[in-house]
Amino acid sequence: MELRELAGTLGEWLRGDGPQCGIVISTRVRLARNMAGYPFLRRLTDDQRADIRERVSQAGSELDLITAPCLIDLGATSHMDRQFLVERHLISRELAAGEGPRAVLFSGSETESLMINEEDHLRIQVMRSGLQIDEAWRQAGDLDDRLETKLDFAFSSRLGYLTACPTNVGTGLRASVMMHLPALVITRQIEKVFQAIARMRLAVRGLYGEGTQAAGDFYQVSNQVTLGKTEEEILETLSLTIPRIIQYEEKARETLARESEIFIEDRIWRAVGLLSRARQISSGEATSLLSAVRMGLHMGRLRGLDVQHINRLFIGSQPGHLQVRHGGELSPEERDVERARFVRSVLKDVDLN
Amino acid sequence: MQCERCHKNVATVHLTEIVKNEKIEKHLCEQCAKEEGYTIKTHVSLQDLLTAFISAHGEADDMAGATCPDCGMSYMDFRNEGRFGCPNDYEVFREALDPLLEKVHGSVEHKGKLPSHASESQRKQRQLMTLRRQLREAVDREDYEEAARLRDHIKEMETTDGAA
Repeated sequence: MELRELAGTLGEWLRGDGPQCGIVISTRVRLARNMAGYPFLRRLTDDQRADIRERVSQAGSELDLITAPCLIDLGATSHMDRQFLVERHLISRELAAGEGPRAVLFSGSETESLMINEEDHLRIQVMRSGLQIDEAWRQAGDLDDRLETKLDFAFSSRLGYLTACPTNVGTGLRASVMMHLPALVITRQIEKVFQAIARMRLAVRGLYGEGTQAAGDFYQVSNQVTLGKTEEEILETLSLTIPRIIQYEEKARETLARESEIFIEDRIWRAVGLLSRARQISSGEATSLLSAVRMGLHMGRLRGLDVQHINRLFIGSQPGHLQVRHGGELSPEERDVERARFVRSVLKDVDLN
Repeated sequence: MQCERCHKNVATVHLTEIVKNEKIEKHLCEQCAKEEGYTIKTHVSLQDLLTAFISAHGEADDMAGATCPDCGMSYMDFRNEGRFGCPNDYEVFREALDPLLEKVHGSVEHKGKLPSHASESQRKQRQLMTLRRQLREAVDREDYEEAARLRDHIKEMETTDGAA
């Protein structure tokens, strides 16, 4: 598999056509599972890890589990390639940084992915465009059901699916909704929203999961509780909370449009100006400028551009993508120049008004 | 809003400091905030919370000597790593783990899906557990009609022992 071929494309979940896609980028559901009769990952020998990798990938292919499957042996990839896969959300940072035999099996549409030998033996992940919690769960649950016809998972009737970390035990279910909340950040209401989220026992994280920074006003809201509730109950908390956050963000955008029109237009057009003219640009700066452009687009202040452009710019300007497209490693300074060139080239054909 | 230090980037870090009873607001971009020595930590990871909770917990001391016969992990190992060594650890360290699960999840009892090939008795056990909980809830809200129905259902399941 040539990763370079993927570099110019976008996963289906990044097409920006899902419900509520102005504010919700994507929905992700993952299930943590471990094979019965083996220790958890940290206590596995390399032979056992290879064994699990074979058994899971074989089950996947026998079941014809995944459409247009792509299997990547992560032990045999470069750091650059793993970074590329993290940026596309096909693997987690933890799996990228891991060691020993490990792999990822994903669908051609990049909406389904099985991470093998991550923190748990198996992480089943489903991504969807926009807000589609139930659909993502149905698909993940279905993959799980089918895998269970071939594989025996560690399970206790008292505690449910047993996981390496007790924060995942029970359902092993984590649903995350990635949201773009620039107006709540500008109007400084975001902390208040976080507090409300925490009271619902939901967690907020940055773009690439646990412990990452919230770059470009993108936040992942996910369930914290995995035990003592059914999957449907867990998802319901999220399904009830996310529309409230969307409402707050919409309200904040309306307030900005009404009371600070020139401020907000200036911000959007400055971002456009910098992105289409800059000769070197850092990842952080690009992300926060693209955030402003994305907001401008959805507030109807910018025409000639669509969400797919933004998503392409957003993913394509990440370090792994820049380097895979370039065909080799680049120093941080070279990346900044390459990034500016890439952004200019995408915006060149766009007639912004 | 522009960063007041470099006047180039958008200010994304907003700080309020009280110096000599005077409120000072600062609006910086991420880069400048870092250069001025402010560490930005907006998110505490679940792992941090877990580790903090495990180390703060008194019961841990009683478990200090316990070791899992299956994987050889001791409770001290778990305290340090925050991850278990094998499924059996959940039983071996149960005493120390239950308060932790209660704290993180508010429960120590699985209610979600069962593996499709979970043994019939396991499935039945779970179903009975759910029915009994529903019965308790029905009694609590004085819905005696529903309670009677649940009671009969439970009785029926118990008498058809083994019949799958």
